[in-house]
Amino acid sequence: MSTGEARPFAPFPQVRPLSDTALTVVFGTEVDPQVHAQVMGLARQLEALRDAPALAGVSEWIASFTALTVYFDPDVADVAALEAELARLAGAGAKAILAGRVWTLPACFENDYAPDLADLARLQGLSEEAVVSQFLAARYRVYTIGFLPGFPYMGGLPEALQVPRLATPRTEVPARSIAVAGGMCAIYPFKSPGGWRLIGRTPLNLFDPAREAEPALLAAGDTVQWQRIDAARFAALEAEADAGTLDPQQFLGEGPHDHAS
Amino acid sequence: MTTHLEVIDAGLGVSIQDLGRPGYRAIGVPLSGALDPLALAAANALAGNGAALPALEIRFSGPTLMLAEGEATRLALMGAATAEIIGPEGEKRLAEPQTSFLLRRGEKLKVGRTNGTAYLAVAGGFGVERMLGSAATYARAGLGGIKGGVLSPKDQLPCNGVGEDEDALHQSEALPYASGPLRVLPGPQEDQFTPEALDVLLSAPFSLSPAMDRMGMRLEGARLNHNDRGADILSDGVLPGAIQVPGDGQPIILLADGQTTGGYAKIACVISADLPRLAHLRPGDTLRFARVDRTQAAAARRAQAEAFARWKAGIEIWKAPGRIDIARLYTTELITGVTAGYCPA
Repeated sequence: MSTGEARPFAPFPQVRPLSDTALTVVFGTEVDPQVHAQVMGLARQLEALRDAPALAGVSEWIASFTALTVYFDPDVADVAALEAELARLAGAGAKAILAGRVWTLPACFENDYAPDLADLARLQGLSEEAVVSQFLAARYRVYTIGFLPGFPYMGGLPEALQVPRLATPRTEVPARSIAVAGGMCAIYPFKSPGGWRLIGRTPLNLFDPAREAEPALLAAGDTVQWQRIDAARFAALEAEADAGTLDPQQFLGEGPHDHAS
Repeated sequence: MTTHLEVIDAGLGVSIQDLGRPGYRAIGVPLSGALDPLALAAANALAGNGAALPALEIRFSGPTLMLAEGEATRLALMGAATAEIIGPEGEKRLAEPQTSFLLRRGEKLKVGRTNGTAYLAVAGGFGVERMLGSAATYARAGLGGIKGGVLSPKDQLPCNGVGEDEDALHQSEALPYASGPLRVLPGPQEDQFTPEALDVLLSAPFSLSPAMDRMGMRLEGARLNHNDRGADILSDGVLPGAIQVPGDGQPIILLADGQTTGGYAKIACVISADLPRLAHLRPGDTLRFARVDRTQAAAARRAQAEAFARWKAGIEIWKAPGRIDIARLYTTELITGVTAGYCPA
């Protein structure tokens, strides 16, 4: 690799230029709920201050693991003033106290929904059942949405289940696949190429443009826990989701839910 | 009855685009929209439209379209592509470049191969449904366009306007693109590279690899070495123009359909004023980069907006032979520009 020496990082938070239309506020370098709380805290402040003159021209922002990227119209924004305001807000250290919504989402491990479950169990010297029960026991924090519309990057995968991505990515991962890689868990909203390991499937639509106000099911800051469902229950929920009649709000809150109909 | 263009041949890489779908990046929805918003605005201006109406973006080879319903419609093509109009009896006439033209019922428009990205606008815009505020096609999530994808044969393209007027809008000047190296702002992860890497980016030539689509373009050339922090970062927000460098040291420039967050260190970003130029690069083309600062980036943006406004003001009305329409001369907003006092025979 390189012979060059890394310059030391300046103290966090830092406001860095991404382009002439975006700035990124960086709070740290590691996946850490405390760092993410600072990211979400700044996002909340921006939401509250949307109409403030110092934020003129700001159009949107993305909360990610350790950073908040702010997009603006340079024909409207005073970039130097915006940069100073973001530094001031970030430095004020407001952390989002509220953790976002808590979801209990259905997950099925049957049929051909979990093609990498056996491999993962073998790699870790566990039974498939042990993998599933460890997976179900954890709570996952949505750090950011990216890669695809509605695709959640969730931290919190138990260490015993942490394996690298597939050496050769699949050319097609089925929509609604529940996937793991490293310490992360995700759900593929659409079929797509992908290198994460597939260990289950949810019947829900992670992204639906018909839900105009909130097309993505999950948002950065949300917490997800999983509830096991069998293949029959999966089929019933999937049919509702395909028909557009499944109200995802029923999966809000701490589980377990009673899905008996 | 609404006017419809029927897709006879879908061409290659043809999709409906407008100025994109801002406001949804936090939930992973890319901006999308025209790779060259300037050329889209130009095609729209020649079709008598506002800059943002949905038009066809043509990346490789153009479609063949037939006016299947309606009496006539006005179209305009912008970009390095030729087009011919084929009558019901097979008679052909060339569609003049950068000039609007009428397509009548039963006539076909055949757009050839493009050298770069071209835009075909229709009077009133294509009447496709907006999803999340935009008609722009984003095929991965089935958003916008016709059924969420690129054109396919037999698709019906609803046209909002009609064309009755025989006069044409014309501009003989090329669009005012900047020339020279692509201008970049360093950052935000330039401190994950060796001190030499940025110098290499700013001095070495890079060649555009065939691996390019609306999501991004891969470059080949001197290796941009990372330092001990390596190529991978925790994914953070990106945008079109961002130059990310994976572990192989070969840069990738993200484009309109690029994902919203990325996990590779970004060494620099192409400034917004130079993004339209990326749309016209072809595999094998040589690219060079030059560093600018924020003030220069803002000045480039202003210069581009002013140059485009002059280009637009220079659009002429080509009077159809034998027609004098004084009222139109006084009512059209284009009268602010220079109006040609002649009619091509």
